[in-house]
Order: sequence, then structure tokens, then C-alpha cells
Amino acid sequence: MSHPESGPSAGPPQAGPHPLGGSTGVPAGRGADMSHEWPLWEVFVRAKSGLDHKHCGSLHAADPKMAIQLARDVYTRRQEGTSIWVVRSDQIVASDPGEKGSYFDPMEDKVYRHPTFYELPKSLDHM
Amino acid sequence: MSASIAISKTPDVQYLLRIGDSCLIMAQRLAEWCGHAPVLEEDIALTNMALDLVGQARAVLTRAGELEGRSGGTAHDEDQLAFLRDERDFLNLTLVELPRGDFAVTVLRNAAMATWLKLLWQRLEASSDAELAGIAGKAVKEARYHQQHAADWMIRLGDGSDESAHRLRDALALLWPYFAEMFESDEVDAFAADTGLGPSRAELREAWTAEMLPLLAESGLTPPAERAFRSTGTRGRHSEHMGYILAEMQHLQRTFAGAAW
Repeated sequence: MSHPESGPSAGPPQAGPHPLGGSTGVPAGRGADMSHEWPLWEVFVRAKSGLDHKHCGSLHAADPKMAIQLARDVYTRRQEGTSIWVVRSDQIVASDPGEKGSYFDPMEDKVYRHPTFYELPKSLDHM
Repeated sequence: MSASIAISKTPDVQYLLRIGDSCLIMAQRLAEWCGHAPVLEEDIALTNMALDLVGQARAVLTRAGELEGRSGGTAHDEDQLAFLRDERDFLNLTLVELPRGDFAVTVLRNAAMATWLKLLWQRLEASSDAELAGIAGKAVKEARYHQQHAADWMIRLGDGSDESAHRLRDALALLWPYFAEMFESDEVDAFAADTGLGPSRAELREAWTAEMLPLLAESGLTPPAERAFRSTGTRGRHSEHMGYILAEMQHLQRTFAGAAW
């Protein structure tokens, strides 16, 4: 008996199962060969209008439309969002982790770059 | 062991049970994908939809139980209606009780049912029963998303590999005869249409066909010929699969009455 519990990693679907007999029905190839994986997308969700879109995770999807739909199902099902952005992960240019020291450490002792040395007028409560 | 309840046979109750039961049994079938969908993201999407349908079923069954009391019968709550009815008293479309099958069967059934439910909810927003109209207003948004999700997948499968296209064709051959019941009308439908409670199923046929035929075409499918076969779930006469799904769904409440956690 072909059994749906065998899951997607069990390889290509068996030839000609009865449509009510189980198995996933999705084209084979997930698993061993990474070139058949759907591409990875980064998901940004805006919690309410006026706020920024915040990065909240990533997912695999075949194309932009599917990425938006799946992001909706995976990341906003508990009312987390009012707007979603997705972007292909391979389209993001990131700083080199190896350069972390030379990039970010020099800022450690530059306290004068924080505007904390000004006397604020009393009328300004919240800064 | 909890004894079965007897339900009112008044047409308003029967009309609501057909809708609520179709949502409930469809939800039960969709929920079977939990942990088994082709990809993790789709697993969450399918179970989300199952939960939407459970929510719709709860609201409609609650209303049906109230109407039972109002028309002189015994009122029942949603749990009694879901867990303590016998097979013959469930009035869902036979289509939704068929096994979930492969992903193509699930996607095609989702598309057909979401389209049908969307058209039904749209009309129920104008129901003479304000409670039902309120339920419909919320549910129609959910159905619209379910329809879009399923339609996208149909096109992907139909336009995908040879394997996915032939599975979708097999799914259509399998499910097509059961679609007819969505548009059968009887005295319950006539009552609903006459009193403004809701549309008769026959009224949905034209709009459903107008949305489904282009989708079938875009998915590379040709609608099979009409058949004389009619399934009869909405009259309480079910396929051989129904008893099993009820056994699984009702076992806990039947064994431990009122169990909660």
C-alpha cells in the first residue's frame, strides 16, 4: 500500500497509484538534489500601519506569488501583519562576516557620536 | 458511551446542517494533511484552511442548534451536533467525505468547494436570518483566499510536469461525478429560497461554472461529460468512507462524554 506518511523525502511518487491511495502528488526531486529545491525567500511583515516592515524569517517558494501566499500562511496566521514583503534571499547583498572586526569594532569607543552630551530644554519630555 | 441525539427535520435546520456539515467534514479531511503535506509551508497553509472551515462549521452548527429549539424541537450545541449525531443525520455533500487522496485530489476538491462556498456565502450575506448573514460576511473572506490558493495550485499542477498533469486529470475524473450534488435542489432548497434564508443550490450552478471552466481550461483540463450518477450525502445517505471519518472524529466524545482540555 502506498502510504502518504512516507512523506516528500521518500523520493519520487510510485508509478500510477490510485488517486485516493495517498502519496503527495508533487513532482519528485526534493531531498538529495538541491538544484530542485524551491528558492529561499526572506519575509518582512508590517504589524500595523505606520510601523516598519520587520524581517521575521524565511521560506521556500517557487515564485513571488507563492512566496507572498505562503508568507501569509506561515507568518501572519496569528494576526501579526497588515502587509508583507518578500525578497529572494539570493538578491540580498550582505556584509562579509569575516570583515566584522574592521567594519564594526572601531565604533566601540566613539561615544561622542551619540547625542548624549546636550542639555535638553525642559519642554522636551520625550527624546 | 454517549447516546446519539435525534435532530429536528425542519427545513431551516436541514439547510444549515448541509452547510455546516460540509464545512466540518471538509475540515476533517484537510486536517489529515497536518504533518504530511509536500512541503512545510503548504502543511501550514492547508491546516490554516482546515481551521477556517472548523470555525465556519462551529458558527453554522451553533445556529442550526438554536433553530432546532426555536422550532419546538430540542436545542443542541455545536459539540452535540458534531460529535453525537449518527451518520444518517449528517447532511454534508458526499464530495467532502471522500478520502483526501493525493495532493492533486485535495487541490481540485479545494478549488471546487472554495468556489462553491464563496458563492454561497456571498448570497447568504443577504439571508433573512441575521445571524447567518453575519457568519457569511466573515466566511466569504476566508473562502476567497481558499479559492485563490487552490486555483494557483491547480494551474501549477496542470502546467507542471507530466506526472503532476496526469494526477490532476485523474483527480478530475474521480471527483467530477460528485460535483453534481453541489447543484441538486430539493424541498429544503426550495424552502430556503422561498423564505429568503438562502439560495437553492441550483442557483449557484451558473456562477460556479463560469468560474470553474476557465480555471479547468487554464489547468489543461477538459470537463468530463455529465453523468446520471448523483451522490446523496445531503440527504443523509453517504459513501462507505463516512463511517470511518465519523469514528475517528467522534471516538473521544463518544467514549468520554464532555471531555475537555
